[in-house]
Amino acid sequence: MAIAASTESENPLTAGLERLPVAPTTLVIFGATGDLARRKLLPALYNLAHEGALPERFHLVGVARKEKAHEDYRRECEEAIRRFSRRTPDENVLAGLLENVRYVPGTFDDDAVYATLGKELDDFETRAGEPLNRAFYLSTAPSFFPVIVEELGSSELNHHDGAEVRVIIEKPFGTTLQEARELNRRVLAIFDEAQVFRIDHYLGKETVQNMMAFRFANGMFEPLWNRNYIDSVQITAAEDLGIGTRADYYDSSGALRDLIQNHMLQLLCHVAMEPPVSFTAEEVRNEKVKVLHAIPQLSAQDIPHMAVRAQYGPGHAGGEDVPGYLQEDGVPEGSITETYAALRLEVDNWRWAGVPFYLRTGKRLARKITEIAVTLKPVPHLAFSQDGSLGVQPNQLVLTLQPNEGVSLRLGAKIPGTRMIIRPVNMEFLYGTAFLSQSPEAYERLITDAMRGDATLFTRNDEVEAQWRICDPIVKYWSPANPNTPRPVPSYEAGSQGPEEANALLREGDRWRAI
Amino acid sequence: MSATSDAVWSAQGTTPDAIEAALRDLLAQRHAENGNFVPARVLNMIAFVDREWSGEIANRLRGVGRYHASRLLVLSYEPSRERLDARVMIASEGEPAQGELALLRETVVVEIGDRHLDDLLTIADPLVVTDLPTLLWSPHGHEEIVEELLKMSQAVLLDSVEEPLAREALDRAWALSSEAYVVDLAWLRSTPWRERVAATFDPAPLRAELTQMTGVSVRHHPASTVAATLMVGWLASRLGWQAGPLAAHQDALDGHARAGRHGVDVHLEVAPELQVPGLQSVELETASGLRLNLSRGTGGLRARLRDGSGGEEREWTIPGASRGETGVLGEGIRQALLRDPTYVPALESARAMLP
Repeated sequence: MAIAASTESENPLTAGLERLPVAPTTLVIFGATGDLARRKLLPALYNLAHEGALPERFHLVGVARKEKAHEDYRRECEEAIRRFSRRTPDENVLAGLLENVRYVPGTFDDDAVYATLGKELDDFETRAGEPLNRAFYLSTAPSFFPVIVEELGSSELNHHDGAEVRVIIEKPFGTTLQEARELNRRVLAIFDEAQVFRIDHYLGKETVQNMMAFRFANGMFEPLWNRNYIDSVQITAAEDLGIGTRADYYDSSGALRDLIQNHMLQLLCHVAMEPPVSFTAEEVRNEKVKVLHAIPQLSAQDIPHMAVRAQYGPGHAGGEDVPGYLQEDGVPEGSITETYAALRLEVDNWRWAGVPFYLRTGKRLARKITEIAVTLKPVPHLAFSQDGSLGVQPNQLVLTLQPNEGVSLRLGAKIPGTRMIIRPVNMEFLYGTAFLSQSPEAYERLITDAMRGDATLFTRNDEVEAQWRICDPIVKYWSPANPNTPRPVPSYEAGSQGPEEANALLREGDRWRAI
Repeated sequence: MSATSDAVWSAQGTTPDAIEAALRDLLAQRHAENGNFVPARVLNMIAFVDREWSGEIANRLRGVGRYHASRLLVLSYEPSRERLDARVMIASEGEPAQGELALLRETVVVEIGDRHLDDLLTIADPLVVTDLPTLLWSPHGHEEIVEELLKMSQAVLLDSVEEPLAREALDRAWALSSEAYVVDLAWLRSTPWRERVAATFDPAPLRAELTQMTGVSVRHHPASTVAATLMVGWLASRLGWQAGPLAAHQDALDGHARAGRHGVDVHLEVAPELQVPGLQSVELETASGLRLNLSRGTGGLRARLRDGSGGEEREWTIPGASRGETGVLGEGIRQALLRDPTYVPALESARAMLP
């Protein structure tokens, strides 16, 4: 039976295959000895190799400051993979992967590094006998992003005859709107937008991708998914841990920039976006950008009523006494960096006008959970008495992203007995109980997609700027440099539900869900 | 499955009702012990096995790890058995970590004899989870029993290499494919090979070579003629070839396929050195002189490519871990939840090659 004839536009052999081909690629990691590379990128590459999911030809070049030989770097890669891989390495696969690993030492602003890198890339191609795609992964401190990009441009590594060149940029993409714009300007002076893959690793999580399946593959929710039926949306990303050893990073970032500006606004986009006409990168990102543009920018007068920050004080977690933020090692005395942030945002468009979107995130809260709770409007008329009941509560649809990914629907049900007494019950679906496969790590998916040139799960330039446009006024208002910023920062007890002040954001009748 | 937390029930001379009640009780007990124990609800699997080999089958299924069916019903058959005995095991892979779930997987072993076969559906049907897809596996044949159990199954697992005659294996798979979704382990063994052939010809300049294929040669395990034929059948069905019958020459089968106006030489050859079922190598040639050879290697497939310009041959390894036979079986269980639209067309072409 003839199914398809071969044409230049399609490969008839890929039908039915779960894994689509990835073109031969050399991946260059800048910051190759850093924490992210060791803990996430190298184990992700190993796991892709284990599953036979790397390209036909795959080479890896690590670039970092320290002087070391190829062999030393290979040993470091091996150690990182053995320590952090989600599966025990197969010795032969590991050896095969490491065989094609090289190292280029030097500082990121040194032209000689790029000359050496170019030679290594050319050498791989000579051996392969064909041009190989090139992907430059910037896993460095953000201040090096423009430096590396411009060096790649001046050494003409930003394009390559007969092959694709891509650049993958880690977060944070700027720390203010101005920085994000400037970084975009400098990156896009060297690379086309289609070559740029800005990482938000939340987008690589199966759970986030499932939200699109949940909304757009199930007909029962979409008719309700608007201001006529939905009363409010709450997005929570709570952690039970403190800042650990990350005081340096965290104190300069804070909860707003660490989670809300990127991950939580992405979750909001997934809740609020219109169905894209197709699941191509451009169509999906167009719809997300429209949502971000529909969120009004807050003025300095609005911020005290729409945004709350706080720091955790001493308290209890896991049965232990734990210190407050200001007592953590490395936190500067008198710091006003927020470890908790809550916002009330509105999406001013036809679908969502008047529906509050509550976002909150914090460290050292009662437990670790990431969820989206969609509360429906109450029934317009109740035909029976509520005497003796807990009260008829509005339906609530909760999408839990972690730790137990699933969907729960709160319904009112009659308590067995002679009277019509109603109490809320939950109808639950747990993803973990319904699939045999294990979700790949977010970085496995994202690296593969970047090598394939599929940008659906990456943030576009206008998207990242639109995110910053929403958060920038709050960043400035909360900045220590702002003489009018309220001091002291409210505090909440470690291990608690968060600060009382967050309740002030809520519309009358709304309440935060228990963490 | 490396279960560390089990609940067990067994009874002699029992009934499906009693077994089902025991399952419910055990699940409730486990949930009462710890609310984070939740039953997996993905897939039912029915394994109809000869009792004398049931230990071997249990071992194979134990190795599939997370691909264990949510509820596995083993119908252990011993012709002379009069009494219905049963064991129920509910296992998790350990105690749930705080705030996390631990999945419970259920195994029900029912000992049956000839006298139970006429009413087999009334035994099996109450013991599977309603509304979950059911995968049927009968590794020891029993075609009539399979016909009966297919009435309650949506997918059937088979391993075409286990049929003594390749043509019969293909016919059997073809017949089953009209009644249920067929997951053929012989087909799954060729997945990495198919992926790599697809990837090699994915770049646009090489894709054009697909229309110019002139030869396909596959070396295979002595018992894996079916796997080799399916591999060629896949190429034939995807590339629009008209496959012709293969003729036997000692340990090889040779023939031709028509690809438009040109022919494709097909050569299947036994690789006696191969110790495990499946393929040893696949070689493809095109009219331009391009030749791709993929062969089993250490830590992945070894690729050798000579392009059509007569340049030097290049050789490299494509990393990938061997799944082993247990991994192939686990993959087979997982595939019961998917639908590969290319198997049946490949099977049809393969049947045309093995008259």
